[in-house]
Amino acid sequence: MRTNWFDRNQKWIYTMPAVLFVLLMMVFPILYTFRISFYEWSMSSTTPPKWVGFDNYIALLSDARFWVTVKQTFIFTFGALIVQTVLGVAIAVLLHREFFGKNLVKTIFLLPMVATPVAMGLVWLLIYEPSIGAANTLLKMIGLSPQLWIASPSQVMPSLILMDVWMWTPMISLIVMAGLATLPTEPYEAADVDGASTWQKFWYVTLPLLRPTIIVAVMLRLIDVLKTFDIIYATTQGGPNMKSETLNIYGYTLGFQYFKLGMASTLLVIFFAIVMALTLLMIYVRKRLEVAS
Amino acid sequence: MKRKMKRWMQGTLAAVLAVSMLSACGGGNDKPSQGVEGEGAAKPFQGKKLSIATANHPWGDAIKELIPQFEEETGMKVDVQSYFEDQLSQKLTVQFTSGSATPDVFMYSPLQHAKQFYNNGWLQPLDEYVTKNADYDFEDFSKASVSTNTIDGKIVGIPTITEQHILYYRKDLLEEANIAVPKTMDELLAAAKALHDPSKEMYGFSARGQRSALVSQISSFMYSEGGEFMRDGKAFLNSPESVKGMNTYATLLRDFGPPGVLNMSWPQAIGVFAQGKSAFFADVNSIYLNAADPEKSTISDQIGYAVFPAGDAGSQPFNIASWGIAMNAKAADKDAAWAFIEWATSKEIMLETQKLGNPGSRLSVWASPEGTVAFPKELAEVTMETQKGGVDHSLPQVNAVGEARDIIGSIVQRAITGEDIQAAADQANKEFQALIDNESGQ
Repeated sequence: MRTNWFDRNQKWIYTMPAVLFVLLMMVFPILYTFRISFYEWSMSSTTPPKWVGFDNYIALLSDARFWVTVKQTFIFTFGALIVQTVLGVAIAVLLHREFFGKNLVKTIFLLPMVATPVAMGLVWLLIYEPSIGAANTLLKMIGLSPQLWIASPSQVMPSLILMDVWMWTPMISLIVMAGLATLPTEPYEAADVDGASTWQKFWYVTLPLLRPTIIVAVMLRLIDVLKTFDIIYATTQGGPNMKSETLNIYGYTLGFQYFKLGMASTLLVIFFAIVMALTLLMIYVRKRLEVAS
Repeated sequence: MKRKMKRWMQGTLAAVLAVSMLSACGGGNDKPSQGVEGEGAAKPFQGKKLSIATANHPWGDAIKELIPQFEEETGMKVDVQSYFEDQLSQKLTVQFTSGSATPDVFMYSPLQHAKQFYNNGWLQPLDEYVTKNADYDFEDFSKASVSTNTIDGKIVGIPTITEQHILYYRKDLLEEANIAVPKTMDELLAAAKALHDPSKEMYGFSARGQRSALVSQISSFMYSEGGEFMRDGKAFLNSPESVKGMNTYATLLRDFGPPGVLNMSWPQAIGVFAQGKSAFFADVNSIYLNAADPEKSTISDQIGYAVFPAGDAGSQPFNIASWGIAMNAKAADKDAAWAFIEWATSKEIMLETQKLGNPGSRLSVWASPEGTVAFPKELAEVTMETQKGGVDHSLPQVNAVGEARDIIGSIVQRAITGEDIQAAADQANKEFQALIDNESGQ
C-alpha cells in the first residue's frame, strides 16, 4: 500500500527538496527584499519598518554616489570580462595542442579558480602592499618605479581587474577547451585542402565554430563579475575614497554600516533588474547569432 | 524497503536527540539548580553560563586571561567570543536585531554605538546596579568617561578603556637632526618636512588615511584650531577653523606620509612607525605597545611621547572612553551579567588590566603607583597631563555615526589625493547637514 503511494507520487517526492530549497533560499529572499525596498527600516527592534512607497527609489536614483557606483560596476565588469575572454580563448587554443607535460600545465593553470576568493584577496593585499609587497619588488627588479596599486584612487580599478583576470581567466579557458574538444575535423581538412594558413584557420574556422561556446562562457562570467563582492571587500572595501565602490559594496555599506535596510534593498532590486536585463540581452544576442550562422 | 526505513528512523532519532540535547543546554540558563543556593553566598552563581563578546583588543585579551579567576570565585562558566572590531559591531547589531538574548555582556564602543543601541532598546540601563555595592565605588570613574557612556541621563555602559590623542616621535632622529619636540602645528609640519626622506624609505609622519578610520584622528586637529564637526545643530565642517585643522592633517599625510596611506588604519600606520620608517606618528595612547614592544617593533627603545601639538586654539586633543562594557537588555540572568561587569571593572581587576598596559577609567588606579608601572614614565606623564583637559568626543554626536564618518572622511581623502580641500569640505558640509536635519526631523 505504502509502496504504491510512494510510486504514484514519486515525481513530487523526488523534486520536493529542490523545490523547497529554491522557494526558501531564493524566491522568498527576493520577494522579501522587494517588499523591504518600499519601507524605511533601520534594523531597530523598537521602531517597526515604515511604509514609504517609492521614496527609496527616488532617493537612490537622485543619489550621485549611486550613479558613480553604477559606472564603476560597469567599468570593472567590462574591463575584467574583455581581458579574460581574450586571454582565456588564447590560452585555451594554446593548451589544446599536444605537448609534453600538458596535463600538469593545465592543472597548475586552473589553480587560481579553485582558491577561496577571500583568501586570495588577502594574498593580493600583501602583493600590492606599496613598500614591501611582491608587485613593487618585481617592478624594482626590472627597473621600473614602484606603484601604489590599490592604495591609489586612479590605479585601484585596474589593480582589481587584474586580480579578477588572474582568478577567472581559467574558467573561460576551461569552457573553451571543452568546446574545442568537440569541434568537427572536416572543416579543418577542407581548409587544409584550400591551403589556409594557421592564422586563417584560427580566424575563419576555429573562432566561428567556437562562437556559441564563447558566448556561454561570457554570459556565465558576466553575471559573476557583475556581482563580485568578496575580492573587493577583502582588499579595499570600496576605497580609497570610494573609487572601487561597486553596486554590491554600496549595498553592503547601506545595509550593514548605515543600517538603511530599505535603501539597501532598493539598490539590490535595481541591481537585480540590471543583471536580468543584461542576461536577457545576452540570450537575445546568442539566438540572433545562432540564426545567422 | 524495510531496511531503508529502519535506517531513516535511526537518522531521525539521532536528529531528535541532538535537538533535545541542545535545548537542554539552553534551558540550563533559565533554571538555576535548586541545590546550589543552599551552599551560601560563596559561589552564588554555581553552574551558570554567561556568554561574553569581546573585541580583539588588548583589554579583551587581558580580561580573557583573568576569567578563570572569576569562574573560580563565582562558579560561573564564561564563554568568550572575540571578533575584530568591525565584525564585533556588525555581529552585535545582527544578533540584537533578531532579539537574541546572547551575548549577555559585550564590549562596545560608546562613541560609535551607545546612542543607537540604547535608542533601539538593546542596552540595559545600569543606574540601579552601579550603586548596589558601596565597595564598587562608582564615583571613582573619571567624569568624562562616564559621560561618554550616558544617554538621556541613563548609564548604559561602564567605561573600560580611556584614550587620549598624543604625538609619538623618534627620539634618535630628532636628536640627530637637532630638532626640538614640536609643541605647535607649525613646528610639527616643519619637523616632519625636515625628516622626510622617501629615497631612504623614511617618512615624516604616519597616521590613519582610511576614509572612516581617520575621522576620529582629524577631530583633535580641528579642535586645536577652534573647529568642530557640528556646532549648535549645524554642520561646521567648512568653517575656516575646521578646514585649517583638516588641512594640516592632509598636508602631513600627502607631503610627508608613507606611500599607500589612503588604505591605512591604525594597525598599518603604527606598523610603519614601529618598522622605523616614520619620524612622527599621531594616534591614541592606548595602542603604544604596538610600537613599544620589542617583539613587534624595531625602534622600541627610541620612542618619545608628547602632548598633542597646539594650534590657534591651543592643544585640544580628544580625551574619551573608547571602549566600555555593557549588558544585553534581553540577558537571561541580569544579576549574573552584572556580577561579571562589576568584577571586570572593579578596582582590583582594572588595576590588573591597567598593569598590562590598558589605560583604564578609574582615577584611583591612575593615582596609585602600581597603576602606571606598565607605561613608560613619559607616556604616563603625557596621559595624566592630557586627562586634565581635552574634548570628550572624537566622533560627531549623531545617530548615524557610520554614515557621518564616510561623509567627513572623504574630505581628507580628497585633499590627500590633491583635490581642493575647501570645495570638498563645502560639499561634505552640505551632505552632513542633510544627515543632521534628517535625524532631528524624525
